[in-house]
Amino acid sequence: MKKWYMLTLVGQDRSGIVAQITRALYEGECNLGEASMVRLGGNFTVMLMVQFAGNEKALDDLIGPTCRSFDLRHHVDAIEGELLHHMEPDVRITVYGADRSGIIAEATGVLAEKGFNILNLESDVGGTTQNPIYVMTIEGIAEQGIEVLEEALQKLSREKGLETQLEPIDTLIG
Amino acid sequence: MAVLEILVYPDPRLKQISKPVTQFDGPLRSFVQDLEETLRAGPGGVGIAAPQVGRFERIIIVDVSSKPKIKHHGRLVLINPEILSQEGSAVGREGCLSVPEYTGNVARSKFITLRAQDEFGKPLEFNMERYEARAVQHEMDHLDGLLLLDRLVSRRDLFRRQTQEATAPKTKTS
Repeated sequence: MKKWYMLTLVGQDRSGIVAQITRALYEGECNLGEASMVRLGGNFTVMLMVQFAGNEKALDDLIGPTCRSFDLRHHVDAIEGELLHHMEPDVRITVYGADRSGIIAEATGVLAEKGFNILNLESDVGGTTQNPIYVMTIEGIAEQGIEVLEEALQKLSREKGLETQLEPIDTLIG
Repeated sequence: MAVLEILVYPDPRLKQISKPVTQFDGPLRSFVQDLEETLRAGPGGVGIAAPQVGRFERIIIVDVSSKPKIKHHGRLVLINPEILSQEGSAVGREGCLSVPEYTGNVARSKFITLRAQDEFGKPLEFNMERYEARAVQHEMDHLDGLLLLDRLVSRRDLFRRQTQEATAPKTKTS
């Protein structure tokens, strides 16, 4: 009986990481599930659901050589996981402004208070070294409705000098 | 009347191109009734195309009237539909009866002028916008063997598109 693990990988970005890691996992008879792989600040990061018959140590040993050859740090956690049980976001929020400390904490703090459940958050820093800008897009579920989130974001815009947009996601099923 | 079986990807028949309808007869109208019953049988569907039930003819049904606060033309049986003109582009989230447990962001034209025939062969023409236009474009794709999977855009594109739109020069009416 195969169990689910979450494999986390971080290291300096180089080409070939994904191909070689997934090749090692495939040859080790793993099945891969949902994944997020993204370059963050020059590091390549991977969060990958891996289904595997052995224990954590065996999975660790399986990818150890590939990780060492790319100088990647890795970590394996046994997880309760399942596929094909997605939650659908009903709101997309964008927050941006001149970069400074505290933007995510302030924005997600007021959203959490108003019952917003984050399913997905991506953020990036753009602009120039002198004038960096912070851009964040969040998708989630408005558990207490959209109006309270709109009010909270307007207040955040006024008080914290951030630009915010809220857009309902009405998924079209056809 | 009957609820028909919906083909689910990776069924290769979904990639088939459908033929124009030439006979507007009783059997066509009885099929349209079955197609509508199939659409109504599923939860939340706003459109369906004949190839989704294995009939490879250019027939779609769209009905977005259940959605609040949008412009629409009610229940539409659209046979041999053709887009005469289109304008603007917007990204929205779509799911599909033929692609269960998956939703993705797809760019569609915001405004379309559509020509089609009803189930008696009578010519129809509509100006449609946004959600209804999206539904028609989604269903018409099925007639050409295309799924939302063929048109996915990333979340990063989403933000770029929104900001482009927000900063686009507005036409003033004075």
